Amino acid sequence: MFQNLTDSLTKALSVFSGKKELTEENVAEGLKAVRKSLLEADVHFRVAKDFVKRVQEKAVGQQIIQSIDPGQQFVKLFHDELTELMGPEGAILPHADSGPTVLMMAGLQGSGKTTTCSKLALYYRQKKKKKPLLVAADLQRPAAVDQLEALGKQLGIDVYKEDVKSDPVTVCKNGIAHARRLGHDFVILDTAGRLHVDDKLMKELERIVEACKPTAVALVADSMLGQDAVNSAKEFHARLPLTGVILTKLDGDTRGGAAMSIKAITGVPVLFVGVGEKPDDLEAFHPDRMAGRILGMGDIVGLVEKAQEQIDEKEAARQTKKILKGSFTFDDFLKTYNMIKKMGPLKKVMGMLPGMGAALKDVDLDDKQFGRVEAMILAMTPYERQRPQVIDVQRRRRIARGSGNDLQAVHNLIKQFKQMQKMMGKMGKGGGMPPELMGAPKKGFRQGKGARPMGGPFGGGKGKSPGGGFPGAFSLRKPEMMWLERTPDQAGPDLGVVSLHAPCAGLMKHLPAMESVLDW
Amino acid sequence: MVFRRIVKGLKKTRDKLASGLASILGSGRQLDEDLLDELEETLYTSDLGITGTEIVEEAKRAWKKKEIQDVADLKVWLHKALLERLSGCTGQVCRASEGPTVLLVAGVNGSGKTTSIAKLAHWLKRDGNKVILCASDTFRAAAVEQLTHWADKIGVDIVKQGTGADPAAVAFDAVDAAVARKADYLIVDTAGRLHTQKNLMRELEKIVTVIRKRIPDAPHETLLVLDATTGQNAIRQAAEFSEVAPVSGLILSKLDGTAKGGALFGIRRELDLPIYFVGLGEGIEDLEAFDAEGFVDGVLGDALEAEEATG
Repeated sequence: MFQNLTDSLTKALSVFSGKKELTEENVAEGLKAVRKSLLEADVHFRVAKDFVKRVQEKAVGQQIIQSIDPGQQFVKLFHDELTELMGPEGAILPHADSGPTVLMMAGLQGSGKTTTCSKLALYYRQKKKKKPLLVAADLQRPAAVDQLEALGKQLGIDVYKEDVKSDPVTVCKNGIAHARRLGHDFVILDTAGRLHVDDKLMKELERIVEACKPTAVALVADSMLGQDAVNSAKEFHARLPLTGVILTKLDGDTRGGAAMSIKAITGVPVLFVGVGEKPDDLEAFHPDRMAGRILGMGDIVGLVEKAQEQIDEKEAARQTKKILKGSFTFDDFLKTYNMIKKMGPLKKVMGMLPGMGAALKDVDLDDKQFGRVEAMILAMTPYERQRPQVIDVQRRRRIARGSGNDLQAVHNLIKQFKQMQKMMGKMGKGGGMPPELMGAPKKGFRQGKGARPMGGPFGGGKGKSPGGGFPGAFSLRKPEMMWLERTPDQAGPDLGVVSLHAPCAGLMKHLPAMESVLDW
Repeated sequence: MVFRRIVKGLKKTRDKLASGLASILGSGRQLDEDLLDELEETLYTSDLGITGTEIVEEAKRAWKKKEIQDVADLKVWLHKALLERLSGCTGQVCRASEGPTVLLVAGVNGSGKTTSIAKLAHWLKRDGNKVILCASDTFRAAAVEQLTHWADKIGVDIVKQGTGADPAAVAFDAVDAAVARKADYLIVDTAGRLHTQKNLMRELEKIVTVIRKRIPDAPHETLLVLDATTGQNAIRQAAEFSEVAPVSGLILSKLDGTAKGGALFGIRRELDLPIYFVGLGEGIEDLEAFDAEGFVDGVLGDALEAEEATG
């Protein structure tokens, strides 16, 4: 349903194609689709209304920039406005000038406070070299203290707790005193979940603020919240000096319109987002990426950043070269895969590519299943890995036995690998990827210098390149979404890292093959 | 009949909800385009999503055809239209013809599964049933402790292993225990999982498979717990969970805040799932059978007036 909306938005924006100018009429039509998209993303009604009005005012009469069609220009305008609304970029938690920084958490029940507390503690220890202390002041929910304690133990972070019959205010005060004594410089107060209309419990939070004077107060909000997000956030904001919002459970398929609404209504910025169940699945918030998400455009910048963190550029360039020469071996295949693996679960990585979220929805990209392929490759001798053509039936039998697979599986793998090799060879000889697979920079994107004519998955030449389609290839992006890569001064990926995409390119190419491999 | 506690909840917040439906419909205003637009907005803010637009479009047509003449008519019409969309959506937890009835409870993280289970266990025990709880949420830290706390408080047995144990194995043991101890109901708690996590969703499938090894027609009910504050994503949750587990009914939790749980209408549009219970607080008594009329009253803000009228 949600993905269809991206489609419907794209369709509605096609009214712009071939137009010279954004007029009141074509803008109005596009905006209708945008408004629907916003509402389906749970953006608050009022916020959506005001927002659409503002975009309309800005859009009408704008000259079409040459080389960008009106649809793209409109999406860009929309994206920029959305980014601004959710900004500022890089809002951070303030730190105490003297003594420990005290961060108080608050939120509705089940929003993810306790989990977020432990993620934050880890984040500040790892990235900011702090010595955190968790204070278990949720004395309401059964075993909440145990939960925080267990998490602290797991991560090696100290937890301060008292008897559940104590007063949360006292626990917080004592916790901070405890932190001072033991030299903790970052204290996180985990409070009980409560309804914003529960006056008694809201007063309790006010008392904690009064007694502890926290450096910052964070509202933890579930990104799946509906229209009521605004009501609760408003009430929390009215009663507590909120510093920022932490948005949780963003790893689902919610479009996260609540984020936009909370910021728009309360003016409180989003600081962090929770993106998974693992302790390090906490990221700083980037309004531009969130805008992309609300629009269903993927998180290309995040992907590039991840790639930069994890991928060895030289190795990547070397592999691209090999891919293009058609001399890609099983060793390269493994290396590529392992590089990608470092970036996170396959599906998550792929999902960051625009349009891939939808394409991947029904594809089972399970890392574990891929492990079977890995096992087969590892069961080959180095010689076989370098020269797949020597793997005859006898060798295949051995590989099957050695990897715990049946012979047919090995047959399939080798067949597919050969097909892949052939295809890549063809592409290397100037075919290029089909445009819809590649995205298509006209300018601003550095073309690879000889050695990598493809320039990564998002490089490549636009136009009706021959080279044939890719069997079962995904349509990676919609033409309307391409502006991101078009203009170098925009939020698109840094030009220098294009080559870092090479392993991704490699992965992309394996995808059709992998899909059938996993289909066994 | 209206939900007693919804009324209580709404009373708490009535000042803040002055902009709600009650104020539009009870203001003595003229019925015009503006009012209908405001109606659409208010339905949207109750998370009705596309259903809200549909209803207002229908209302506009009925108004043009003079079927609705004034605000009083609109109110009656609206009540009917909303109720129609919920028709046949109430239901009761079934009882297996023999042996323990197995209830599997699932939902996304933080939707309120464990608390709902405690309330449900209390509800069933109050009716004279022997209830056993199964702590198959072995993932979240201290989830087992949380359920144990409730089991002690309600006075029912619990089958558990430690955190990190195989949830399907715990469920298998629990089914055995339920049979041996001649329990009437076994309620299986599972870890919260986002419906997009394919491997965790498969784990849920596995729990179902394992339970069936012991009792072939179990789980007799698979209950999905939905947070009433969730927006349009609730529809996806219901659809995705239904795909991996035989979801047979819903529990709508956290309806005691200002959220109206309007996403329910969207779910009804896509799936034919009955709603068994609503959760209205943190105490074990805070569970009520779903009542469509009461729910619609809640959305329309009538509950408030009814309460005031009776004192």
